[in-house]
Amino acid sequence: MGERQQENDIVGRGNREGAQLFRDWFAQLSHTAEKQGHSAYVFVMGSMCELLRAFDLPVVFPEIDSLQMAVRRVAHEYLNQAEDYGYSPDICGYVKADVAVQLRGGQHPMGRIPKPAIAVLTNACNTYIKWAEIWERMYHIPIFTLDVPGTRAAGTQTWPGNPDFENDRRYVQAQIMELIALCERVTGIKFDIDRLRENMRYANEMSRGWKQVLEFNKTRPSLFNALTDGTIYLGVANGFRGSPEGGRFFTNLVEEMAYKAARGIGTATEEKYRLTFIGVPCYPIFRRFNEMFTEWGGTFVHSTYLWFASGGANLGFEYDLARPLESLAEGVLISVRDAMDSMFYQDRAIFEMVDAFHLDGVVYHPIKSCRTTSTGMADNRRSLMAARDIPSLFIESDMMDRRVVGEAQMKNRIDAFFEGLASRKQQEAAAR
Amino acid sequence: MAYAAGVDVGSTQTKAIVINEAKNIVGRSLIDTGANVVVAAEQAFALALKSAKVEEEEVEYVIGTGYGRYRVTFGNTQVTEISCHGRGAVHMFPATRTVLDMGGQDTKAIRVRPSGEIVDFCMNDKCAAGTGRFLGAASSALDIPLDQLGPTALRSQRPVRISTTCTVFAESEVLSWLGKGKKIEDILQGVHQSIAARSIGLLRRVGVEQEITFTGGVARNIGMIEALQKGLGATLNVSDDSHFMGALGAALFALDHVLAGRAPAASGRTA
Repeated sequence: MGERQQENDIVGRGNREGAQLFRDWFAQLSHTAEKQGHSAYVFVMGSMCELLRAFDLPVVFPEIDSLQMAVRRVAHEYLNQAEDYGYSPDICGYVKADVAVQLRGGQHPMGRIPKPAIAVLTNACNTYIKWAEIWERMYHIPIFTLDVPGTRAAGTQTWPGNPDFENDRRYVQAQIMELIALCERVTGIKFDIDRLRENMRYANEMSRGWKQVLEFNKTRPSLFNALTDGTIYLGVANGFRGSPEGGRFFTNLVEEMAYKAARGIGTATEEKYRLTFIGVPCYPIFRRFNEMFTEWGGTFVHSTYLWFASGGANLGFEYDLARPLESLAEGVLISVRDAMDSMFYQDRAIFEMVDAFHLDGVVYHPIKSCRTTSTGMADNRRSLMAARDIPSLFIESDMMDRRVVGEAQMKNRIDAFFEGLASRKQQEAAAR
Repeated sequence: MAYAAGVDVGSTQTKAIVINEAKNIVGRSLIDTGANVVVAAEQAFALALKSAKVEEEEVEYVIGTGYGRYRVTFGNTQVTEISCHGRGAVHMFPATRTVLDMGGQDTKAIRVRPSGEIVDFCMNDKCAAGTGRFLGAASSALDIPLDQLGPTALRSQRPVRISTTCTVFAESEVLSWLGKGKKIEDILQGVHQSIAARSIGLLRRVGVEQEITFTGGVARNIGMIEALQKGLGATLNVSDDSHFMGALGAALFALDHVLAGRAPAASGRTA
């Protein structure tokens, strides 16, 4: 194979494969819905996919279903329907879009979403709990809330071997045993620990790859755009967690990144400003939002979204397959805790990111829909500004509702941010 | 003599400034923006040239700013009004570290370095609460010309409290106070205090550092200056040309280009 052909095959492969996997996933969900089959509704922070796949439950991520509607520019139709039904404009846009999908019998722009047989959630987001209660009332299904202890006050963390950690681990493991019993009742399938072990092996492959992929973007130029490409990878990290396709995808993605790194193949024609993105993307104008940065030579090399929305897979935590249940509890504890920390203790992570990723600026994007991810961002930013001399931008919009996305106002702020970055670079150059 | 110009196309008014190499203002103009933004920019520029007694060919560089900056079709490049107000304010008042720009639909709090570089900025989000439009609603409801709002408010002895933050609802609230027999000056003072409180909130978000310079069209309102000074407990720098500050900043950036052969703020753009 010629070098040119090889480059064509490898560069951009993650995006192509990711898009195909997504189409396959939604085709499978549509097929399940047509057969009147059921699924497990789960969330990105602590999906428990490894376990649910051992019970042949197709997984549905309503958060991902909803954001797809925004990216495809039809979210307003669903949001309006839910508001007509009685939901307040102030409620999370993901929730309302999903409610409309349920009211439409699963009709979704990418296919049809099957009804749930069970919903599994964690306490990582307070809305998860009320959201699942909607399905409980609609379908009379069991919902299972996994209570995962987070980082304690003052940010103290404990790790395996520490008595406090082991107490927490036992607490989570006991809940997992309850979930297993519930899944057996719901599906009529007996729990097979070897199937779980196999799924965990795939999850290990994925976590290992995801961590490497994130690390790769420390290089100059950056190899992928954390906002656009990263969101595709993130979709696979969630929807295919614990599956052979998911494991293989990330192994291939690491190969792609290594190939690009070796040849200096970056994302921008000229990478002038390296940025990190804090929060949830602006899906209603997803492509345009990114363009407003790339027009200035700005590229997102990292994002906290790639942490908390990957359910903590970014840590690269690998299960000990010799003791799967205990290790699953450890993994859930560590990864969901990290997902929560990336929202609530993000300042310390950003401090470290500034140097590691050679950042020129930090972009905060609080959203009207989600107070969980947005509350505290202004304080975090203030903390960053006090600790580090790095420019930051604070722009508020939404991840679903285009009624609160003002592109002209947003562009004005983004342009001013880059004018400041340009001025700073000039002054630095003049001082040298 | 080389000249440079800045044209600030705002939501309500369009301003143009012509400066010479010594950074002195030699011409200025101010017109209503109206529906045709391109024509407004052209007219404002033509009037500023006339006022400066300078021919268009003598102006070596023009920068457009404001929301209509991309409609300054004869301009060489664009710079946001955030950067321009910062630059203009520091030029007028070199000790400026914080700028409050209050325009027709935007209020901006800007923190600047001595060089005029923007450290941080914050603007009203999503709605026009706390902007000049709020005063426009009061002017309409009370049938008092805009330029009389401030002086009238200063006569107040017992200001009312305007609780709504919505510009549209403010009109209803003003009418409701009228219905209760409150004096016009007390209602107007309440309106000024309400806007001042929101603006001070924006300033605190970027961090208030002395000196503070007040710019934009609303800076011509003596009632607003008083309300802000009282709320902040500080004296504001206010220039007679406060509403031209964005255009002045744009002209200064344009002059940089003339003098250095390149436009600093535009140099970051690739497309």
